[in-house]
Amino acid sequence: MTEVLQVILYGLVLGSIIVLGAIGLTLTYGILNFANFAHGDMMTLGAYFALFYRFGLGWPLSLSLVAAMISGAVAAVLIDKVVYRPLRSRGSITLLIASVGVALIIRNLIRFVWGPDNHYYRRGIQFPIRWMGLRIKPDHLWILGVALVLVILVHVFLRYTKIGKAMRAMADNMELAMVTGIATERIVVWTWAIGAALCVAAGFLLGLDTQLFPDMGWNLLLPIFAAVILGGIGSPYGAMAGGLIIGMTQELSTLFISAAYKPVVAFVIMIVILLVRPGGIFRTGGAVKL
Amino acid sequence: MTVEGVLSYLVFFATMAGIYAVLSLGLNIQWGYNGLFNIGIAGFFAVGAYTSAILTTPPSPTHLGGFGLPMMVGFLAAGAASGLIALLIGIPTLRLREDYLAIATIGIAETIRYIFQNEAWLAGGIRGLAGIPFPWRRALGPSANFVYLALVIAILAALYFALERGLRSPWGRVLKAIREDEYVAAASGKDVFRFRLESLVLGGIVMGFAGSLYAHFVGFISPQAFHPMLTTFIVWVMLTVGGSGNNKGAIVGAYLVWAIWSMTEFVTDFLPSAMATRAASLRVVLIGVLLIAVLMYRPTGLFGEERHVSRLIARSPTGGSHARSG
Repeated sequence: MTEVLQVILYGLVLGSIIVLGAIGLTLTYGILNFANFAHGDMMTLGAYFALFYRFGLGWPLSLSLVAAMISGAVAAVLIDKVVYRPLRSRGSITLLIASVGVALIIRNLIRFVWGPDNHYYRRGIQFPIRWMGLRIKPDHLWILGVALVLVILVHVFLRYTKIGKAMRAMADNMELAMVTGIATERIVVWTWAIGAALCVAAGFLLGLDTQLFPDMGWNLLLPIFAAVILGGIGSPYGAMAGGLIIGMTQELSTLFISAAYKPVVAFVIMIVILLVRPGGIFRTGGAVKL
Repeated sequence: MTVEGVLSYLVFFATMAGIYAVLSLGLNIQWGYNGLFNIGIAGFFAVGAYTSAILTTPPSPTHLGGFGLPMMVGFLAAGAASGLIALLIGIPTLRLREDYLAIATIGIAETIRYIFQNEAWLAGGIRGLAGIPFPWRRALGPSANFVYLALVIAILAALYFALERGLRSPWGRVLKAIREDEYVAAASGKDVFRFRLESLVLGGIVMGFAGSLYAHFVGFISPQAFHPMLTTFIVWVMLTVGGSGNNKGAIVGAYLVWAIWSMTEFVTDFLPSAMATRAASLRVVLIGVLLIAVLMYRPTGLFGEERHVSRLIARSPTGGSHARSG
């Protein structure tokens, strides 16, 4: 029983990292209408930004996270300006191809600047706190805490601010949002900035949990996509639920099969969802064409 | 560098580029003619390579197979296995939005890589499979690579003519019609799902062939050789640069991009070894920039699509825009 609880704790940790990645991806997916394959590598970039602030400038870790989130937001808005905006009129698939290009450019620039080796935010081993037979690393509490705070902030932002409401409206129905006079270009910029900031936080927490390496975000992209599809594209609340479900299932699967297959578990869930409820678990229809 | 050295490098170059050209042709069937967004090329390529390797290597105690069958059998089985994977992935996804197919194909490519990486009993796991035979290598001696190049070119040419013929037939016109507007195609009584499945499977078979050619050429394969983004991505760049929807473009694009890729390797080879590994990542950046630049400034690629209705109607000389509705 303790073992299962332990795995559930790991599932919560992984799930909250996926949630932060999935909210950003689902917003850009819903509002800009394209699957951004550079999202995972944006996570990696954010993690390395924080590494730079931590060790390059010697800032405290929490400040490094905030600075990295702002840098990530700026980077995403710039990438949109240079790459995606000129291509936006050419349809979602052209944007998708471009995002694959952006993904490789980001990842290999990281490899060029920081090298292929692993990096860590902290040196040395953290001794786990023992509580009711569970082993809890202090970092895990940090991850859960930061994720919870950010999710609450996202909720307040989406519910109570004008920009947040406009974003939900655009993700829901673009034409209707435009008819009501929402300044779509400005919202697009906000979407990139907020999506990237959350995604940077996810990368940072992933780095805190394990280590930083150039493929770290790419390896998490498939589970993040699975969470987005599970929750329904464009739905931030769906992404939160989807992220927790995917993270939890991935960790629970290690009780039965090799941990090497964790990403495959996410993929299998995604395919099943595509087959039985292609609009996500919370709604039907919408995704099926012919 | 000696004359022989240059010549043998050119043969190596032309063979590798030829194998990539086969991949590019496979993608052209799916994307160029039917608008299917497959970014799991590396997976189909890997299935072909491993199938061929398992069937043709001599018996081995450490992994599955080693059936010692002729290369020809391996080649055909590689296409069949890869086509089967395409069929399995196509059935759940081809009725859905096109970006779902993209996510599903990258998923299958990653899954395939994880399986080959972790299941040592299947194909040696992370250590890979060595000693994949090329039947006449010993008998031919130094000219073996020439013969292999001739084989690759012959297969490439055969595929080219077969595809040109198929894609100019009524079947090919339906593929294009579906790409341009699936509703119109469906309204005129075409089974959109079936045609898409055929296009995905046919492309998968061709990619499986390429995997077999690669395995027998290099003689050793391991999961690292099929890293999804690199193999998949470079083929996408090849087809985009050459001009999707044009088989000639697919082949020329493959040779051109492989030439650029190889030349940048020469440059990084001159750097001190400490810098060389890092500079190698700049090569990928360059290829990424090339892709985005082509998308922005020359979306039709070098050749563009050849407008073609029927051989009974005179063809128009220039390629049209490759516009499609999102």
